[in-house]
This record gives sequence, structure tokens and C-alpha cells, in this order.
Amino acid sequence: MKLRVLRLLAVVSVPALVLAACGGDDAASSSTPGAPADEPALDGDIAVFAAASLTDAFTELGTAFESENEDVSVEFNFGASSALREQILAGAPADVFASANTSNMDQVVDGGASTGPENFATNQLQIAVPAGNEAGVTGLDDFANADLLIGLCAAEVPCGELGREALANAGVAPSVDTNEPDVRSLLTKVEAGDLDAGIVYVTDVLAAGDAVESIDIPADENVIATYPIAALTGAADAAVADAFVEFVLSDAGQQVLDSYGFDAP
Amino acid sequence: MNRRRPGARRAKQQRAPWLVLPLAAAAVAYVAVPFVALLQRAPWSNLSDLVGRPVVIDALRLSMTTALAATGIALLLGIPLAWVLARTRFPGRSAARALVILPMVLPPVVGGAALLFAFGRRGLLGGPVYDSTGFLLPFSMWGVVAANTFVAMPFLVLTVESGLRAADPRYEDAAATLGASRSMIFRRITVPHAAPSIIAGAVLCWARALGEFGATVTFAGNLQGRTQTMPLAVFLALESDRDAAIALSLVLIAVSLAVLLPLRDRWLSV
Repeated sequence: MKLRVLRLLAVVSVPALVLAACGGDDAASSSTPGAPADEPALDGDIAVFAAASLTDAFTELGTAFESENEDVSVEFNFGASSALREQILAGAPADVFASANTSNMDQVVDGGASTGPENFATNQLQIAVPAGNEAGVTGLDDFANADLLIGLCAAEVPCGELGREALANAGVAPSVDTNEPDVRSLLTKVEAGDLDAGIVYVTDVLAAGDAVESIDIPADENVIATYPIAALTGAADAAVADAFVEFVLSDAGQQVLDSYGFDAP
Repeated sequence: MNRRRPGARRAKQQRAPWLVLPLAAAAVAYVAVPFVALLQRAPWSNLSDLVGRPVVIDALRLSMTTALAATGIALLLGIPLAWVLARTRFPGRSAARALVILPMVLPPVVGGAALLFAFGRRGLLGGPVYDSTGFLLPFSMWGVVAANTFVAMPFLVLTVESGLRAADPRYEDAAATLGASRSMIFRRITVPHAAPSIIAGAVLCWARALGEFGATVTFAGNLQGRTQTMPLAVFLALESDRDAAIALSLVLIAVSLAVLLPLRDRWLSV
């Protein structure tokens, strides 16, 4: 419970600082959701490219943002951050990019497609096992057991990179049966009982509900994933794009993210 | 197998009707341009480094083996099925054909998920088999073959069926009146007559299996040397190293061309 309170405090305070820091911008871009009625109403459509792990949380955020701004419509393109990065750098009509790691965002910034990304959430790793945990998995040590069916995300995607980091922290050489191309496909196989254990994000375990059980990874072995967001320089409607980013960073936005298991940055 | 249709040579020498040539050229260009673009992006300078790595060798070997095995299974099961669809009438034949074609229209990822529900560790058939024998298709090379067969067999069945339908039934009738048994007619008349369509179907099936991604990754998983085929290796390379992905694609294209180019027109004239 104490942790929960601390987390809420962080949720409330960090976006406030961020918003304060943005205060010097022009009026349109700093209009906050729930702002006084005399500010000009936002009007426009934006396309938000967001990491697959944000699917549920951002869908809810999009709906909330639209209901606060009647003339605004938000469309989402969810996918692997690296795939979205490629699309953006190839000129896809994206207005906002929310990445599951900083390296993909950095490449978008280096490519000139964005400036000033802000970290808006963090995520932790957890071990997912099928409901019932028939294999009796208790921790990262079991990942070395060749008799178990063990899945990880592929080393090429963020969850695989971080999962391997956590295993290395625990000094475990895993006996892997499959390197899944993304975290959702890994989770699906754990859910269905086709794998005995996998390393996924806390948020994914939460989203899977009763189909999977989770085993915490000790804090000194766990790895934190940081999610940055940025309005893109080529945004068709910069004011709306900026407003969406600020909405994600706002108290209301952070509460939604918190309800899906994300921590404040 | 070398019998050529009487009209084949004449058709080649015909002059093309108006607009046919430009449209045909447009079709070739439409397919060629992306490949040219791929070649233009290729990392020629360090190509040999990129394609000589163990991960590529493993993936290529696995792709070749599994695509070939899937084609073999498809031939074994698909030719009889094509015969039944082409030559017999029974209630539900249309439904049977639709079912067999379904993997062609189904997104492969969905096909892979369906395979898991059927043959996975807790699947309809896979569950009881695993509990009694410990045998598991997913995460093994045979899982790749199973996924490839599921997705690629329809190409063989459809091609062979249309070949059987086009064949002149009088040869079979004549053989029957001369006292040949049904299985002898099938082996000595039907199959040789359908040979061009069988070869064409086998090639289509093999090519589809070689490029299979969605069902394979969903059902068989992805592990270097065991289940990571070329398409899976390409997909994951795209996540981190585009040069490597293009280099891998070039290998896949080269291998396919090496098989497809020697197949002369006559092998494919269904």
C-alpha cells in the first residue's frame, strides 16, 4: 500500500513539473485538457503511432481525449516500436510517437522527425506462467531448466533485450524454446499453456487477467523500461498533437496509465 | 511427362492483341520495381559477411528442409484429395473444397493459432497425445513442417485438381475396358497425365512454404537452428539491422530463382 501511495504521488507531481516546464510555449500548444473555456477549442485529426504494449491504455486515453475535445479525432497505429520508427522515418503520416524504449525514439529524433521527447511512463518485467503454474515455476532460476518450455521475446525487440538483461542480472543462462517476435505473442503462448514461463511486462500480465499468473522478479535483478512520447515535427496539426502529448503527461492521463499497470517515469 | 500440348508452340508465335503487351509489361514492371529497389538498397560491400553468419546458414538449411518436407507431405495427401475433388461426386464436396482452400484466405497468423488450438500442448489432439507420449509438435522442426503444410498444401490441391479436370477421361476409360485395375489406372494413366499440374502445384507449394512466416512463428515459435526459418530471421533482422534483413532476403530470392528458373514453360503448362 505504501508503494501505491508513493506511486500516486509521483504520478501527480512529475507531470505537473513537466507542464510547468512547458509553460513558456505559445498558448495553443500549452492548452491543457480541462483548461478554461475561453481558450480556442482544438480542432483536427491526429494519428498516434504507439508501441504495442500501450494498446489498451492509449485506446482509453484516446477516447478520453476525444470526449474532452469534441472536434478532435485520434487514430492509432499500434505496433513494435522499431517497426513504427521505420514507418515514421520513411514518411508515414504520424503526428505523435510513443515508443516502448528510448533508443527507437532517439533514432526518430536523430532522423529529424521529432524534438524534445518526454518520458511518460515506465514498465517493469514480470515472469508470466499459465494459470495453475503446473510446471511449478518459482523464479528466474527455472529459466535454465531444459525440461520446461521457456519463451522469451527475441533479442531484437525491447522486451527481449530487457528480459535477457534481467536473466544476466540473476546469473541465469536460459534454456529457451522460442524467441517470440513481440511480447503479445509470447504472452498468448503462456496463456494457452503452450509455454511454461516467459518474461513479459507487468502491464501485459495485468491485461491477461486470470489466464496467467505472475511471479515478481526481485528489484535488484529487474529492469525498467522507459516510454518516451513526442509530437512529430511533421505533424499536420501541431496544436492537437502537442495537446495529446500533454494530455498523456497530465494527471488524468497518468491515472489511466497507472490503471493499466504503468509506473510514472 | 514431356508431352506437349499441340497448341503450345503455335500460341507462342501469335502476335499479341492490342493493349495486351503494354498491360503485360506493366504487370512485369509492377513486380520488378520493388525487387530493383531492394537490390539498390542492398549492402553489397559487406554482403558476404552478412550472409555467411551461422544464423543465416541455420535458417537457410531449415527453410530448405522444411519446405521440401512440407511439399512431400502435400504431394502424398494432396494428389489423392485433388483426385477425389475432381473425379467424384458426393454431398459436401463443395464444402470440402472450400475447407481445403481456407488456409489460402486465412491470415497465416490465425492459421498458426488454430494449429496451436489443435496440436498444441493443451490442444484438441495435441493435449491427449502430449499427455500419453510426451510428443509435442510446437517448438520443433516438425512444427515448422506442419505449419508449412497447412498453409501451402491448398496451392498443390487446387492446381492438381484443375489439371485432372482438364485431362481427357477417355484414356482412363480405355484402360478400364482393357482390364486395368483402378489403382493401376491411377498410377499409370491419371498421375502421368496430370504430371505437369503436379509439378506446377508442387513448385507453388514449395515456394509458398519457403516464404511462410505467420503460421510458422505462431505455431512453431522461433529458435535458431530448430524453428527459425529464413522469413523469421529476415523479420527479426528488420527489427534491428536493415542491411542484414536485405541481405537475407537476397539469399532467399536467389535460392528461389535457382529453383524456379530451370523450370521451363513446358513443366508449368497446366
